[in-house]
Amino acid sequence: MTFDLLVPSQLLGALFPDLVLMVGAMVLMLQAAWRPDSAGHQRRVGINAMVLVVLTIAAVVYMIGRGDTAEGGVIAVDGFRWAVDLVILLAALGTIALSIEYNAREGIHQAEMHVLVLFAAAGMMILAAGRDLMIIFLGIEIMSVAAYVLAGLNRRSPRAAEAAIKYFLLGAFATGFLLYGIALIYGATGSTQLGQIGARIAAYSVFGSPMLLVGIGLLTIGFGFKVAAVPFHMWAPDVYDGAPTPITAFMAAAVKSAAFASFARIWYESFQLSTQDWAPILWWLAVVTMVVGNVVALAQRNIKRLLAYSSIAHTGYLLVAVLAYSPLASSAFIFYAVAYTLATFGAFAVISTLEDRDGRPSMLADYAGLWHVRPWLATAMAVYLLALLGFPIFGGVGFFAKWYLLQAALSSVFNLNALAVIVVLTSVISAGYYLQVVRVMFMERRPEGAADTLPAGPLTRTVLAVTTVIILGLGLFPGTLARWSQAGAIEEYRGRPVVTEARAQVRP
Amino acid sequence: MTALLDSIGYNGWIIPVLLGLPLVGALVLFVAGSRGGASAATAMASSRLTAFWFFLAEAVLALGLWWSVDVTSPDWQAMVDVAWIPQWGARFTVGLDGISLMLVLLTTCLMPLAVLGSWTSVREKTHSFYGLLLILTTGMLGVFVALDLLFFYVMWEVMLIPMYLIIGIWGGQRRLYASLKFFLYTMIGSLLMLVAILWLGLAAAKGGVPDFSYDALLQLTRSGGIGGSFWLFTAFALAFAVKVPMFPFHTWLPDAHVEAPTAGSVILAAIMLKMGTFGFVRFALPLFPEAAMHPTVRGVMLALAVVGIVYGALVALVQPDFKKLVAYSSVSHLGFVMLGIFALTVESMQGALVVTISHGISTGALFLLVGMIYERRHTRMIADFGGIAKVMPIFAAFLTIVALSSIGVPGTNGFIGEFLVLVGSFPTQPFHTLIAATSVIFAAAYLLWAVQRIIYNPLVKPENEALRGMDLNWREIGLLTPLVIAILWIGVYPKPILHKTEAAATRLVRLVESARPAPRTAARPDAGGPAGNGGAR
Repeated sequence: MTFDLLVPSQLLGALFPDLVLMVGAMVLMLQAAWRPDSAGHQRRVGINAMVLVVLTIAAVVYMIGRGDTAEGGVIAVDGFRWAVDLVILLAALGTIALSIEYNAREGIHQAEMHVLVLFAAAGMMILAAGRDLMIIFLGIEIMSVAAYVLAGLNRRSPRAAEAAIKYFLLGAFATGFLLYGIALIYGATGSTQLGQIGARIAAYSVFGSPMLLVGIGLLTIGFGFKVAAVPFHMWAPDVYDGAPTPITAFMAAAVKSAAFASFARIWYESFQLSTQDWAPILWWLAVVTMVVGNVVALAQRNIKRLLAYSSIAHTGYLLVAVLAYSPLASSAFIFYAVAYTLATFGAFAVISTLEDRDGRPSMLADYAGLWHVRPWLATAMAVYLLALLGFPIFGGVGFFAKWYLLQAALSSVFNLNALAVIVVLTSVISAGYYLQVVRVMFMERRPEGAADTLPAGPLTRTVLAVTTVIILGLGLFPGTLARWSQAGAIEEYRGRPVVTEARAQVRP
Repeated sequence: MTALLDSIGYNGWIIPVLLGLPLVGALVLFVAGSRGGASAATAMASSRLTAFWFFLAEAVLALGLWWSVDVTSPDWQAMVDVAWIPQWGARFTVGLDGISLMLVLLTTCLMPLAVLGSWTSVREKTHSFYGLLLILTTGMLGVFVALDLLFFYVMWEVMLIPMYLIIGIWGGQRRLYASLKFFLYTMIGSLLMLVAILWLGLAAAKGGVPDFSYDALLQLTRSGGIGGSFWLFTAFALAFAVKVPMFPFHTWLPDAHVEAPTAGSVILAAIMLKMGTFGFVRFALPLFPEAAMHPTVRGVMLALAVVGIVYGALVALVQPDFKKLVAYSSVSHLGFVMLGIFALTVESMQGALVVTISHGISTGALFLLVGMIYERRHTRMIADFGGIAKVMPIFAAFLTIVALSSIGVPGTNGFIGEFLVLVGSFPTQPFHTLIAATSVIFAAAYLLWAVQRIIYNPLVKPENEALRGMDLNWREIGLLTPLVIAILWIGVYPKPILHKTEAAATRLVRLVESARPAPRTAARPDAGGPAGNGGAR
């Protein structure tokens, strides 16, 4: 059916999975507050939160099965939203699974942690659905506030406190940019709805207006901060390093994917005609992000900071999908987000099992000779890193993610051939640090007297096994995921202006 | 034989089986290795035996191809074509012609010998070592049989990781440096090729679905349907030139070859380098003939080939380390292959293919011999040896024969290939040929001098005296004997190989020439019957 979003009951129907998650999260908040903090309580709430996420996934799958659509309005009902929702929910599931055991080991007993993850996920789902700048802003705030708290959850760790404060201050600052950008865009076009913005830019021919351009610029800065694009990335390494490891995984995978999804939707639906003016900015943003992320990662000795810079580099790759600007590019975005989420989660799951209790940072040297004592764990880590590198077969689906991305870049209406070459060249740089981890794990000796590693708990082991199997399986037969992500492409909307050849020919 | 093979549908299943069998073997080894419990010695004994049987089965299965492949047919032989990723137009397409047939046979026959060569030298983590060797085999065979460019690329990259780990875990002193260098060099070239492959596939797209099949792309590029063929050729050529390696891209080779364990060096030299030259023959030349045969491009490639020949030989002359000497001699030999390919006559092309095969045999054998003496003496420095022939006569005999074949003495395989290249190249490239021919003298100089210092000089060092009674054992003799037989057989009667590759080489030369913008009718002897020449000599 087609939802008429002006009818309240139908609006609720369009928001069905989001409502399941939010109502459930509120109930769980009550449960978390019901008893004093303890290890057992934390675990119980965590398990319930996982059940809730599974129910929400079921709701999303149900909505996919119905195949509803909505015309216009502030909420998108399309494949792209559901696909991004699934990425977010899988990441939330993984986060909660990892943190139940991580918290038990680290002595973090706040049961609210799991509920905060759920709230953050709810904000992300709103972000994925939002087709109105106000709704998008709402989603970003719900997501971010929960993420600020999560970053500083480990109160005994000074590094976590530093991370949380830094994240909060810079995040609030970026929100200001975002809001100002939204205001200027509204001023230029008289609407906050994405479709209408696009239509009015065409109708009023305001694509060159300074107010709109400044608005788009500020919006880009706000999103650039959320997705950690260079030069708005400064917070990422500190926060990723200080936050509890499962939360780091959540931020690297889900927060980034959700913010990117919204960013991509805004570009695809609203600023088509302004693209030529802004494409060079995005082009350079992508290039600088890829280069800086990859080059700086080479110098890292702390493995969480290394992955933080790697995730910055992946922001650059994903910007290519935004820039490529076609239904193909949006499905490449989804494919990439799935692959990236799987690999990131796996890698952080490995880190969380190997972390010390004393809160010392995880250094690369701690991984020396890991293969000789924990062969499967080291092999799994190698698979995740090779997936992030985009290596075929051994890196599984990671290769096809890059492949799809390059396909989108090369078939774009804009000439992005140079960008495609930069993508692969910076990938070579990234081989330098991903392989360094592999080298340390496989080729170096375990130092004498190195501490024994603790065995991973059952939930962490499940996360490890599931992510590895999916990565490798999809690496052999990516057809299924390709089909799903094609179903999640943002189609050309009716009544939406099409990029004319003349406009498209101006290249960055 | 052909009838028997047909009756079991051999051509229908052989390539998938050849690709799948090593993976099964690797899985068996990994599972067996992960159970642990057994002592290192029993683990070593069981894993090497398992690996050997798998490789032997692979070799026996592959031998049937000699009869079942009809090399005169213009169609792909033993072809299998299955949809892989329909959304992206990628297919699992594999098939053979005369050229890839020889390389597949070379690979499958050398692998059991490589296992025998590392029988006692690899002592720890043996399950993983042999498992990686098996995976590596699938990758190498995949490259030679792939007829879909995406599948080709995947196989091309897949080999990197096992080789990286083999060098990095079981290698020598500087293994960490060498393995990373090997990986990064190869990857830079390959990733640009990835962009080029994708670009080609999208240019051939039908109904929004890209097409990566070799035949379709061949049609596309020959109909002139793409622009920028110079850049595409450069991307492909860079990937292959690094692998070959051509002159300025060769610096990874001495490091990797020297640091790798014996089996790794053998595979690197005998098979993996050939992927580069195979890539030129299969992809870079036929797909982009105009770019490849552009006078400037061709001139640069020929010059680099000749520089590689002379430079490799000169550098080999001054190496104090025998393994490094062999490594640099590879640069020189592969220069011959490149000269033969870019001279583009049927004889030179066939000569290039013969050098490809015989370099695999001779250099593989040299690396095995280096490994054998290193296991006993724990040094590779030429100056540390002397008079070995007195204490290890069998070793000395094998080393002499193999060294002579590597030099290219008439009667050995080395002569046939290099002679054909020189004869074939002379009509079109007399100047280059002249310079290349000088390296035959250099080859004699560096190898004979090294052989003299190792096995003939007076036996003065007590460490060498202690080698008495440690001559090659039956395993080592057994694994060298087939190589020596091959050396002499090809040297005396190369006709079977020339016959198998003739049709494919002729087709290739015609294919490239017909697309050349201004076909030069240079004075060339009748290109129709080169195989007869080779056989008659």
